[in-house]
Amino acid sequence: MTCTPTIAVRDLRLAYGQKEAIRGISFEILRNEIFGIIGPAQSGKTSLLHCLNRTIDFTPEARVSGSIRVDGEDVRQTRNIFALRRKIGMVAPLPVGLPLSIYDNVAFAPRCAGMRRRSELEAIVEQCLRQAALWDEVKDRLDSLGTKLSGGQQQRLTIARALSHQPEILCLDEFSIAIDPVTTMRIEDVLKELRRSMTIILVTNLTQQARRLADRTLFLWKGRIVELDHTDIIFSGKPANRQTYEYVNGIFG
Amino acid sequence: MNTPPTSRPAEESFAVRKATRPAWDVLSERALEILIYLCGISAIVFVLGIFFFVFKEALPILGNSHFSLTQFLFSDQWYPTSELNKRYGVFAMIAGTFSVTALAMLIAVPFGLGAAIYISEFCGGRTKETLKVVIELLAAIPSVVWGFIGLTVMSRLIVNYTGAPVGVNILNGGIILALMSVPIIVSIGEDALKAVPDSYREAGLALGATRWQLVRRVLLPAAKTGLLAAVLLGVGRGVGETMAVLMATGHAVHIPHGIFDSVRTLTANIAAELGEAPANSDHYRVLFLTGVLLFALTFIVNLAADLVVRGIRRR
Ligand SMILES: Nc1ncnc2c1ncn2[C@@H]1O[C@H](COP(=O)(O)OP(=O)(O)OP(=O)(O)O)[C@@H](O)[C@H]1O
Ligand SMILES: [Mg+2]
Repeated sequence: MTCTPTIAVRDLRLAYGQKEAIRGISFEILRNEIFGIIGPAQSGKTSLLHCLNRTIDFTPEARVSGSIRVDGEDVRQTRNIFALRRKIGMVAPLPVGLPLSIYDNVAFAPRCAGMRRRSELEAIVEQCLRQAALWDEVKDRLDSLGTKLSGGQQQRLTIARALSHQPEILCLDEFSIAIDPVTTMRIEDVLKELRRSMTIILVTNLTQQARRLADRTLFLWKGRIVELDHTDIIFSGKPANRQTYEYVNGIFG
Repeated sequence: MNTPPTSRPAEESFAVRKATRPAWDVLSERALEILIYLCGISAIVFVLGIFFFVFKEALPILGNSHFSLTQFLFSDQWYPTSELNKRYGVFAMIAGTFSVTALAMLIAVPFGLGAAIYISEFCGGRTKETLKVVIELLAAIPSVVWGFIGLTVMSRLIVNYTGAPVGVNILNGGIILALMSVPIIVSIGEDALKAVPDSYREAGLALGATRWQLVRRVLLPAAKTGLLAAVLLGVGRGVGETMAVLMATGHAVHIPHGIFDSVRTLTANIAAELGEAPANSDHYRVLFLTGVLLFALTFIVNLAADLVVRGIRRR
């Protein structure tokens, strides 16, 4: 693992109106690591991801301060937000299938980035659907509506879609809540493969998933960082902070 | 009956309330149901009634030996008041209706859909509210006022800028009809776009789409049925509009060869001549037959639209 930071967050604060969701956090994410983020509900995990690719802009009452640099560029001042969003793949916890065919769902982002050749598009659609462990189930009906798939299949479709623009950073927000354990394991194996070519941010409520996959894990609580360290230390039984110990062992609160 | 005593009072009060529900309540609910049913039925009855009345007035002409249906549909000779040789051919007016409607749609559909997309996706706040109010205002202008604008303002503009000999022609009628259809297309089209959930927009933008790519690749496919309905209501307005086209198209019965030719439409013909035709004369009946023809045309347009919409839905 090279140790250059790809994302550097400095004193990030986020408030929805009067309600503070993130209260000043700073950390760095290194290139090609799997970075786990854990924390109880409402701790600001999803909000943090929204700040990264600026989808926080969709919430008008959200106010952000501090800086987030991706490869040295401040995302809050970026000139090309479309390029930024293509650089960061995002998988939301509740899948939103676009009202298009399965094929068009996955081909959407490459097309927006200007890819036109059929052969290229077909290759990338197949590759992404395979990586999301969905190809075998849908290869015969790529023309049917993506919104008609089952919940778990739709979630995997959004994973394929997030991979389709070949992002450098992949953010997964509780990607496995609607996926069965066997398929989850298959996707986890794919993630271990993918980290060779991209940085992965894994937000998860399953602390064991972070333990299995993440190189380092950040424990977020009420918008503050409680602890950030190598995953084996977080789960070692004697992390620096007592709250971390209680949370990962399920005796929190 | 070994329910615990604590749950008794609740059960009893429930039973009591049910038993004392006032008879008036029950009755009025029943009456309301019947009223709504009657409203629904009457809508159908009225439409059928109108059709039968129009058809009944037209029917005798079909058995008349001087009259031929092929001549009616395919001849451009319209001489209903000739002393020697009355001829009732409405083909020129069918051509008139089609050419004016087609031109109007050519102008109104791109403008209307474009405006709907702009209002719904590209502008916000005050601009949006202002535009919506203005468009509603446009929709409320009575058609005779539009006809007047066509007859005076528009016709002068056309003569001045194109050098056409007369200003009341297909172009004038087409523009006036387009101006009348645009507000309908805009407001219904905007509703259709508004009905697309925001989550689609956010998902699309999060994948790196620009606004325009989002419109083209997500919103148009998602709202296509609603947008089609908007366009069809615009077409319906074009086919059915009478007063404005009567005033703006020149009212000349002949098959047009260009957009500067004057034409007469089916609707304008009925409006202009029904008052003069003696009741129950052949002329009178032929005008009613023209009404039946209009019915058939709108029915075909609606049916075609319905099939298209279904076709789109199935995909
Ligand atoms: N769009 C929004 N408008 C207002 N408040 C919001 C919005 N989104 C999140 N919040 C608030 O911000 C806080 C953090 O929410 P966030 O979704 O980031 O938590 P989370 O850690 O992802 O929780 P979970 O594990 O339940 O997904 C919460 O208190 C929430 O109520
Ligand atoms: Mg969340």
